[in-house]
Amino acid sequence: MQSAAERLSAAGTANALELRGVSRLFGALAALSDVTMSVKPGERRAVLGSNGAGKTTLFNCVTGDFPPTSGTVRFFGEDVTHFPPHERIRRGLRRTYQISQLFGGLSVVDNVYLACRGVSRGRFSLIRPRRNDALMQSALDLVNAVHLTDFKDMLVSELSYGQQRQLEIALALSGAPRFILFDEPAAGLSPTERSELIEILTSMPAHIGYIIIEHDMDVALRVVESVTMMHNGAIFKEGNPAEIESDPEVQELYLGGGHVRL
Amino acid sequence: MALLDETGSTPVSSPERAQGRWTQWFGQIPAWGWLLAAFMLCLPLFASNFVIYQIFGWAMILGMIALSLMFLAGYGGMVSLVQMSVAACAGYMVAILGNSAATEISLGWPWWLNIPVAILIAMAFGTISGALAVRTEGIYTIMITLAIASAFFYFTRQNYVIFNGFSGFNSLEPPRLFGVDWRQAVPFYYLTLFWATLSYLAVWYVSRSPFGLALQGIRDNPRRMSALGFNITAHRIAAYTFAAFFAAIAGILLSWLNGQISPGTAGVGPVIDILIIAVVGGLKRPIGPFIGALVYVLLRTFALDVLVSLGLDGQRFQLLIGLGFLLIVFFSPDGLLGLWERWKSHMAKSESGLAPMHDGDA
Repeated sequence: MQSAAERLSAAGTANALELRGVSRLFGALAALSDVTMSVKPGERRAVLGSNGAGKTTLFNCVTGDFPPTSGTVRFFGEDVTHFPPHERIRRGLRRTYQISQLFGGLSVVDNVYLACRGVSRGRFSLIRPRRNDALMQSALDLVNAVHLTDFKDMLVSELSYGQQRQLEIALALSGAPRFILFDEPAAGLSPTERSELIEILTSMPAHIGYIIIEHDMDVALRVVESVTMMHNGAIFKEGNPAEIESDPEVQELYLGGGHVRL
Repeated sequence: MALLDETGSTPVSSPERAQGRWTQWFGQIPAWGWLLAAFMLCLPLFASNFVIYQIFGWAMILGMIALSLMFLAGYGGMVSLVQMSVAACAGYMVAILGNSAATEISLGWPWWLNIPVAILIAMAFGTISGALAVRTEGIYTIMITLAIASAFFYFTRQNYVIFNGFSGFNSLEPPRLFGVDWRQAVPFYYLTLFWATLSYLAVWYVSRSPFGLALQGIRDNPRRMSALGFNITAHRIAAYTFAAFFAAIAGILLSWLNGQISPGTAGVGPVIDILIIAVVGGLKRPIGPFIGALVYVLLRTFALDVLVSLGLDGQRFQLLIGLGFLLIVFFSPDGLLGLWERWKSHMAKSESGLAPMHDGDA
């Protein structure tokens, strides 16, 4: 574990996210093999690839949902490879899940309040939040930012699918995020909801970088400045959106490979 | 906008809205709460000493122990069988540190010292049990806590130096405070009522605090809670500590109620009884364990007479309890409270089903 001073000085210069030779095995299956990538602070990147390419496994290794079998993960210069997920989250990492992971028995605002509380002090507080509680206020602001104010007291299990996806994003924006991993945030959304999502993503403060897994090119290429193509658990191509789109190998892989979602 | 706020807040009744003012607090108490409070406060006026001491006193104490299980199981998703042992641990500590008939063991500390220390030791016991249990899930949590409870039972039965072995401790009584003999039925009833009410309110209040909300979040989705920055292991252990506090108080009251404590207080039978009480009452709300405890105590007390009057063997009262348990779990996994709620929603549904017809008539 580094000292706070070391961490601060490293954060000034280091990449937001740096993966060195990260592999993840499930038995004999290599879901990720020797992935090396670096993302600058504030950079916005899309990770593309067919099903089973290792995109979500990559996210799980970065957040610590399960650790990599080998390799190192650095977050703003700090080696977090062996940190439990909550320690990474407290350092400013956030994620959303491909299948919404929410608390169906709690209200919308309570879900966001928990997310705000998780990255601040007083997680063990026995005192109920007051109406003018600062965290409750920021929770309400986040609920508003994802257009859910009218539903704030509804149970999450009663929300529509699209609203649950929006709430996922509100949870990821809680506290002071420095870097966010979005796992297919647009999957299953209506065209209107998609444009709302694009608006939320593009209007985020410039210092917050993110990686987005997205099959919908219309969404992905409008909100990122760089693209990583993955195939069979390894990085296949990296470049800016225009390069990737016109790359013959990518076209071969996506179109010739029988992938239908593009 | 204001209108939306008003209508939006009614369905799930956001309690934080009514924070800060005592008047608003009182406004939150439902009608059944006032009725129950009035009934419990006036009970000694018309009920016999037997009823208030052996029925309601005992039921409230068992209810508090089951409440500590309900907090862990209902809000935390952790079925702990160690809560009865935690209660017995507090009872033992009061006997060992304070006064009992076993003068060669009891240290004779004053009440203001031995009671807080006993509660702290019991909470430490609960916390350590929790630390051992929280890394497991489901059936394994039950097995580990059952193992700890059994170990506590056999240890107290075999250890004579501290726990006085098989016979335990007799002549335990509450301190004579304010010139009141708290062992008398009426004072003891109010003493128990006070602590049971306090425990109930504390659990109800904490369920909506950051600690309680996060515990429910961990119950529903531990992985997500971890990805929100919560240390789920630490949170679960803290829940055991919190729950142990109510079990500890109940354990001390129980040792005063019986005037004795012995290994049998926390044998495997009573340990399972606490689980039955909590499940029969309902694990979803803090009032459930008290309902379950009252049903259990009534069955324990009167099933024997009923069986004998029917010409059956009185020793079969456990059969009645078992059958009742089976029926309730079979028909309502949420216990008696669940039955009540289903009946209520059924009534509401049939009423709203009638409403359009009336409109049509008009």
